[in-house]
Amino acid sequence: MRVLVTVKFTPDLQSNRSFTDGYVTRTADDGSMNELDEHAVEAALQLVEAVGEGEVYALTVGGPDAGAAVRKALQLGVNHAIHVSDEAIAGSDVFGTARVLAAAIQRVHEEAPLDLVVTGMAALDGLTSMLPTALAAELDWSQLTLASSLEVADGVATIRRDLPDAHETMQAPLPAVVSVTDEANKPRYPNFKMIMAARTAVVETWSLADLGVDPATVGAAASRTSVVAAEPRPPRENRVIVTDTGEGGRLLADFLLERGLA
Amino acid sequence: MTTVAVLVEHRGGEVARPTLEALTLARSLGTPVAVWLGGQPGPDAVAQLGEYGATEVRVVAPELRVAAALAEAVGAASGDADVVLFVSTFPNKEIATRLALATGAGVVVDAAGASIVDGHVEVEQTVFAATWNVRTRIVTEKAIVAIRPNTTQAVPAEGGAPAAVVPVAFDPPVTRESVVAVEAVPASDGVPLAEAPVVVSGGRGTGGDYTLISEFAELLGGAVGASRDATDEGWISHEHMVGQTGTTVTPALYVAAGISGAVHHRGGMQASGTIVAVNLDPDAPIFEIADFGVVGSLFDVLPQAIERIREVRGA
Repeated sequence: MRVLVTVKFTPDLQSNRSFTDGYVTRTADDGSMNELDEHAVEAALQLVEAVGEGEVYALTVGGPDAGAAVRKALQLGVNHAIHVSDEAIAGSDVFGTARVLAAAIQRVHEEAPLDLVVTGMAALDGLTSMLPTALAAELDWSQLTLASSLEVADGVATIRRDLPDAHETMQAPLPAVVSVTDEANKPRYPNFKMIMAARTAVVETWSLADLGVDPATVGAAASRTSVVAAEPRPPRENRVIVTDTGEGGRLLADFLLERGLA
Repeated sequence: MTTVAVLVEHRGGEVARPTLEALTLARSLGTPVAVWLGGQPGPDAVAQLGEYGATEVRVVAPELRVAAALAEAVGAASGDADVVLFVSTFPNKEIATRLALATGAGVVVDAAGASIVDGHVEVEQTVFAATWNVRTRIVTEKAIVAIRPNTTQAVPAEGGAPAAVVPVAFDPPVTRESVVAVEAVPASDGVPLAEAPVVVSGGRGTGGDYTLISEFAELLGGAVGASRDATDEGWISHEHMVGQTGTTVTPALYVAAGISGAVHHRGGMQASGTIVAVNLDPDAPIFEIADFGVVGSLFDVLPQAIERIREVRGA
């Protein structure tokens, strides 16, 4: 079983996230691997552990800071880490990012075939959830997205997909791109030994030239969208907090009635 | 002339409210045409789509569930469209992504609004747990926008005329993926969470008892939500979870009862119109974003509020 996990470097949710020149501000100080990607790493590790043999790769695309994302994956137990970094990638939209990831995945796949690519359900900065679909289409592999459970047997992956109006069971032949939700598993914690080992583990670094990707097809110039304005929302004004001393419910009701909300 | 195709959300033959919002938005961008996937729309649905401005209802009859096939179906029905509008849901984002790869369109999902500026579609979004406003230009000729429910007010078109029903010939493609079992989630009473104008959510503070939450939601004409804590405990089903990985809601009123307001939860509701919080802990982060907060027990506060609202309404 050979599984590759795509991971993303994202700003810490608790930090003051912001935009700089139309792009999400990314600094190593307050960022790490996207939390939801921990579920993807866990799913990949569990698949390999269940079979008893295999390898897990972690792959990220991004500037120098993005290396922190694959380091985190190494701490959790993946065997190999790859970081695609190239100035020409900056400003890519989801389609550019998918193109770069797909090229890197194809390279690993050519060395020895992969069974699955596993991703998180969304990145907690952009939250578009578009990448897994774009990646499956770009690779022309099966697309099994939003899996709350995942099983692989006899060259077929089966997932459960919980939609607001239905629970679906979906199947597709390998190789497949699977995105897993935060319901799929409980990610493990890295132990001290793994943290120390991850520090010195080798992260392979690839450029666009290594992957044979034309820089003109990715990056800001190829992006189909462009941020024209970004500003912090004004804080809510006239906020009222009361302590209930027997009248709290009545005050709440009056607030709603005055605003025409009840 | 800009043609704007709107993918219709329908349940049990009825058009869902966010579709009427999307049609209202579509009218401000150009000429709307509705795209109906799966079965045949009834006369009431066709009339309503026309009332909100759709000049045509294009019908792709096969029932499809796989994103690759759905995207081809929408593509077959919207080949002439400059803009394709979706309601922003997880399945629709997948269809939008595949359609964009097929047509070269630029895509913005989770939109809060859209307009045409200098011949380009520009889209508004609130991001980072609704702490920033962002405006994004779609630079390609074709544009795809997925709009969040409750961000545009649905208004019938002036002089809305009956829409023409146009069947679209479509042979479903063979896809790698197949849906081998479907278990329908029983429809809860009232409006779905994502579309509700009012959401009353309960968290750890309920201790698993949703009686008051449900009663308050019903009184206000809203839907019942929950925090991740509550769904993890198994107190209420996952469909009710409000948060970045559950349902993102933007109702006119959001009531958080017994919810501390972890960042994942806030990300799913912070763009709501008015936020009201009831919590025993005065330091709960939910109070930082509440327009009105009561530090107290929801078991004291909610019954009194319910009684007061009934009393005023009855007067």
